[in-house]
Amino acid sequence: MLESKNPMKKISVRGLTMAFGSFVVMKDLEFEIADKDIFVIVGGSGCGKSTLLRSLVGLVQPAAGAVYYDGKNFSDSTGPERMKFIERFGVMYQSGAMWSSMTLAENIAMPIEENTDLTAKEALELAYYKLALVGLSGYEDYLPSQVSGGMKKRAGIARAIALDPEILFLDEPGAGLDPLSAQRLDELILKLRDTLGSTVVMVTHELASIFAIANNSIFLDTQTRTQGATGNPSWLRDHSENEGVRLFFNRGETPKTNSKS
Amino acid sequence: MRDHSVTLPKATWQRDGGEVLLKLEGEWTRVAGRVTVEGYEDGDWPEAFQTGDLEGFDSRLPAYLMGCFRAKAEDRGSSLEGLPDDLRGLMELALKVPERVEAKKGEEDFSGLVTLGTKTKRLWEATFSVVEFVGETVLSLGRFFVGKARFRKSDFWMTVQESGAQALPIVSLISFLIGMILAFVGNAQLANFGAGIYVADLVGVAIVREMGVVMTAIIMSGRTGAAFAAHLGSMKANEEIDALRTFGFNPFDFLVLPRVLALVLMMPLLTIYANLIGILGGMLVSWTVGITPMLFWTELLTAINPQNSSLGVIKSVFFGITIAIAGCMQGMHAGKSSAAVGEATTRAVVASITAIVVLDSAFAVMFTLLDI
Repeated sequence: MLESKNPMKKISVRGLTMAFGSFVVMKDLEFEIADKDIFVIVGGSGCGKSTLLRSLVGLVQPAAGAVYYDGKNFSDSTGPERMKFIERFGVMYQSGAMWSSMTLAENIAMPIEENTDLTAKEALELAYYKLALVGLSGYEDYLPSQVSGGMKKRAGIARAIALDPEILFLDEPGAGLDPLSAQRLDELILKLRDTLGSTVVMVTHELASIFAIANNSIFLDTQTRTQGATGNPSWLRDHSENEGVRLFFNRGETPKTNSKS
Repeated sequence: MRDHSVTLPKATWQRDGGEVLLKLEGEWTRVAGRVTVEGYEDGDWPEAFQTGDLEGFDSRLPAYLMGCFRAKAEDRGSSLEGLPDDLRGLMELALKVPERVEAKKGEEDFSGLVTLGTKTKRLWEATFSVVEFVGETVLSLGRFFVGKARFRKSDFWMTVQESGAQALPIVSLISFLIGMILAFVGNAQLANFGAGIYVADLVGVAIVREMGVVMTAIIMSGRTGAAFAAHLGSMKANEEIDALRTFGFNPFDFLVLPRVLALVLMMPLLTIYANLIGILGGMLVSWTVGITPMLFWTELLTAINPQNSSLGVIKSVFFGITIAIAGCMQGMHAGKSSAAVGEATTRAVVASITAIVVLDSAFAVMFTLLDI
């Protein structure tokens, strides 16, 4: 079931324009994400990365263009049809967005209970397991306000993977994590992709983690308000024709051009 | 310790033909006193700098230069020639990323017509969003009655407790005092005519028809309506509502519905309770002027009957819906900042109290026309 025989790309974005009122954030985005890709959205701060992620999961309605999953139009879907798409997503938000009136375990168990036929006990067991995966064993009964920002973030990831989603969306999962947790996170994302066959779409700035796990990317260019490049980040770092893209992936240094001495 | 012999900072713009030279002197630090600027003309930017007499600087100097740079005329160069290396480095760093011109806030137009137009537009949008929200609530109630709405039962019972049992102390205090006040005022007036006994009628009718329900509704607006707005508002600011959406929960069913149901259930009960306590307050005050509770009670029963005492309870259902909708709506529409949550709370309380009084007037007119 996880092995999609569909030759079509998992996610296709066609002519996507995002705007708040008359203020255009990004225009004419055109890219594809294949099954089991680990796809990163990168770009300068304030360029609309999170907005793009929110468009992909349907929280922001595109001003023009559309997002397709397995060739089916998601942006224009409504009602039960839209729910079918949403059921396949797992989303982790920048600050975790844990429901503040529930403990961490309840946060994860609640969607499981509501969306499956599992008993409350089984759902809780699943929640404990997911929390253990992100290194939060022992914090099950804490309220989100009682744990640190990094822990909330990890709990957010645990909740995003609660229902073993087909497509996992992560908004800056690595930001603010210590190097060890960040490394564990990379490992976790790779494991999820390999074992569950999830496709991962994430917004991130962590170059180390980008080169370690991502195999596809889009660079949003603040100057032109559209995509600068799309493709494998390691390749883009060395070969992109867009100088902004090369600079970004090299932290502003341009080792490939002749070095000034 | 601070050196008191610092030279005051000074910038001299010298003009030599077309060439502009900026001479910087003295101690350009935050503690050094007022800057003297000589010869500056709008849009100036020097071709060269002279910094021989510059004794020291902190961010004050680059900030001054940056200000001149941003104000400089288009045709001036952007030379940093002649600045000491460290200062030049700081300037280059600040100028490295070009100013995002389109990101700059434009000047807002506050002229009469524009203000009128914007206000009208906002009013229309606000009206539209109220109608939309009420419509959503009705749809959500519809889903609830066919058993399709998903929300956590515990959420509902929590709200019932918060807006029911936990509101009892404040409701008791306020209605008791209102009953007492009515009895004092009533007695003072009626005793003049030797009709002191009718204070029971006055207190009874005023409490069960108006004061009991209105005071309860106002207390609940300030207590529970504000809490709804603040709670949902911070959930929105923290993306918790988005998280509900992407798990396929309808935030309306999940958050608004249990709150509306809880208040619709609790408001009538609280109103009946407030009526009883208010009458008790009136009874006690009347006792002090010689009307025994027994007498008071007998007289009271001639004035109130099931019909007129149900009026307040009927109104309380509508007030409950109003408070819940105003609170939830402001919360769900709040902006994504802590200041916005505060504004939403204020708006929720103001809107629901206003709506309650307006609605109560409408009821008064309606009941008069129906002669009840």
